[in-house]
Amino acid sequence: MIRDPKDLVRYTPAERANHWVVGICFILLALSGLAFFHPAYWPLTQLFGGPVWARILHPFIGVLMAVSFLALFLRFKDLNRITEVDKKWLRRIGEMVEGNDHDMPEQGKYNGGQKLLFWLLAICMLLLTLSGIVMWRAYFEFPILLVRLAVVIHAATAAVMIGLIFVHVYAAIWVKGTIRAMWYGTVTRAWAKQHHRAWYREMTGKS
Amino acid sequence: MALQSLDITRRSATTTPAPALRQTTEVAKLIDVSACIGCKACQVACMEWNDIRDEVGNCVGVYDNPVDLSAKSWTVMRFAEVEEGGRLQWLIRKDGCMHCADPGCLKACPSPGAIIQYANGIVDFQQENCIGCGYCITGCPFNIPRIAKEDGKAYKCTLCSDRVAVGQAPACVKSCPTGALQFGSKEQMKDYADKRIKDLKMRGFEKAGLYDPPGVGGTHVMYVLHHADRPELYSGLPPDPSISPLVSLWKGFAKPLATVAMAAVALGSLFHYVIKGPNEVSKKLEDELEKEEST
Ligand code: HEM
Ligand code: SF4
Ligand code: SF4
Repeated sequence: MIRDPKDLVRYTPAERANHWVVGICFILLALSGLAFFHPAYWPLTQLFGGPVWARILHPFIGVLMAVSFLALFLRFKDLNRITEVDKKWLRRIGEMVEGNDHDMPEQGKYNGGQKLLFWLLAICMLLLTLSGIVMWRAYFEFPILLVRLAVVIHAATAAVMIGLIFVHVYAAIWVKGTIRAMWYGTVTRAWAKQHHRAWYREMTGKS
Repeated sequence: MALQSLDITRRSATTTPAPALRQTTEVAKLIDVSACIGCKACQVACMEWNDIRDEVGNCVGVYDNPVDLSAKSWTVMRFAEVEEGGRLQWLIRKDGCMHCADPGCLKACPSPGAIIQYANGIVDFQQENCIGCGYCITGCPFNIPRIAKEDGKAYKCTLCSDRVAVGQAPACVKSCPTGALQFGSKEQMKDYADKRIKDLKMRGFEKAGLYDPPGVGGTHVMYVLHHADRPELYSGLPPDPSISPLVSLWKGFAKPLATVAMAAVALGSLFHYVIKGPNEVSKKLEDELEKEEST
């Protein structure tokens, strides 16, 4: 059933690979970053071969994530323009969370929530990259005030981004039939019709 | 434990009590700037006792040599030429770690036990626990710690904690030929400073005073300054140092709060799933499409 020829292609292999690189980088960054965030998370340094390795590796993984995130951003930015329908959808997000998604305004490839998340994540990534470079003592030296500002921004943005990713991952788990889009790149027609009807019509030419 | 005979009052990135059973007196080093002749005997003694040799640098046209602190130069003399009251004054300050009672370096350090504060007030870096992140530099109000190129560890003055532990004065104090450096209990040093300040005032330095900045809870290295009203004259000694509010924000209550918030999002998701159940494609829609396809 997984490769039913009627399934709709949602992501190309390149898009999926790109997304997985970003996702793996993020997990590694969150785990290594949290280790420095508060003593309670310190044991996480052991996942990276000890605390010194965690300190060395974190910024390099960060650079890899920044580059691959940029690629992902360029691929999807046009699909994530926020429209009037999206704003209407966002105003009624409470109903969506209640689980009653059939009466929500009709959505294209991405709904208002997904688009909002996309832009929030992009802002987080930008802030984390800029502040991360300022904090990178092994290779850079910036004025002390800037470094102090950067550590606050980096820590706060990281916490926000981790929260956003929890929401992102949970949404994929909650809406059944979604995660396969990241494995095989396809979704069923029924899934598309229920969750992204405008996109379904665009892909199939049906109503 | 770093030094068996010294109790610890604070340990970086540690949320449980540090070993502290003994009654310890606070110590202090007093730097009487008015008695310093800039001979740098203390710099040499520091190198010798701690067995560190910085690279030989270049003369940059002033007496400062080396020009800045480094991982291998834990104390340097800073020479400032200042015109005061129509007279040229040569203000020479021995720079180095101030051993703050409320140390910004220790507050910022993420590595458990990389920075400790002994009960006697000495703030000491334990390089074997250091990860080289440089957060201590970000936290220090006096711009003291330096990361070594060779091993990526942070270094600074130890106030000769090893000597103090066995009842000796720091090496720099031993070497000073003019008595500009004194060492003893913090109380003794304050009394000694009072005498020196009275003397300076009698000799026309009306603003003479002690530098023991309250913004960092006082320090265990103190200065007697002839111009205590303007510490910045002494090669930029900060007039009112304290841990930057940005560092306090970064290391303060915000983090436990952020942890609670992240946990709330994760648990919120879990309970949403448990209470609302998964969002599945409706059976009706599936059947509809199936029919459509088979026709
Ligand atoms: C280009 C991207 C990034 C760069 C260059 C970077 C760099 C850094 C650096 C230099 C540090 C200090 C520790 C060390 O030296 O290793 C740090 C800490 C940290 N990073 Fe990143 N990072 C990046 C992306 C991220 C991302 C995406 C996250 C999100 C999860 C993150 C989370 C953290 C956290 C939580 C800390 C600890 C902050 C604290 O001590 O309060 N970083 N980062
Ligand atoms: S002067 Fe700087 S390095 Fe020394 S104890 Fe104070 S904060 Fe730490
Ligand atoms: S460089 Fe070392 S001593 Fe300084 S904050 Fe990082 S772990 Fe602590």
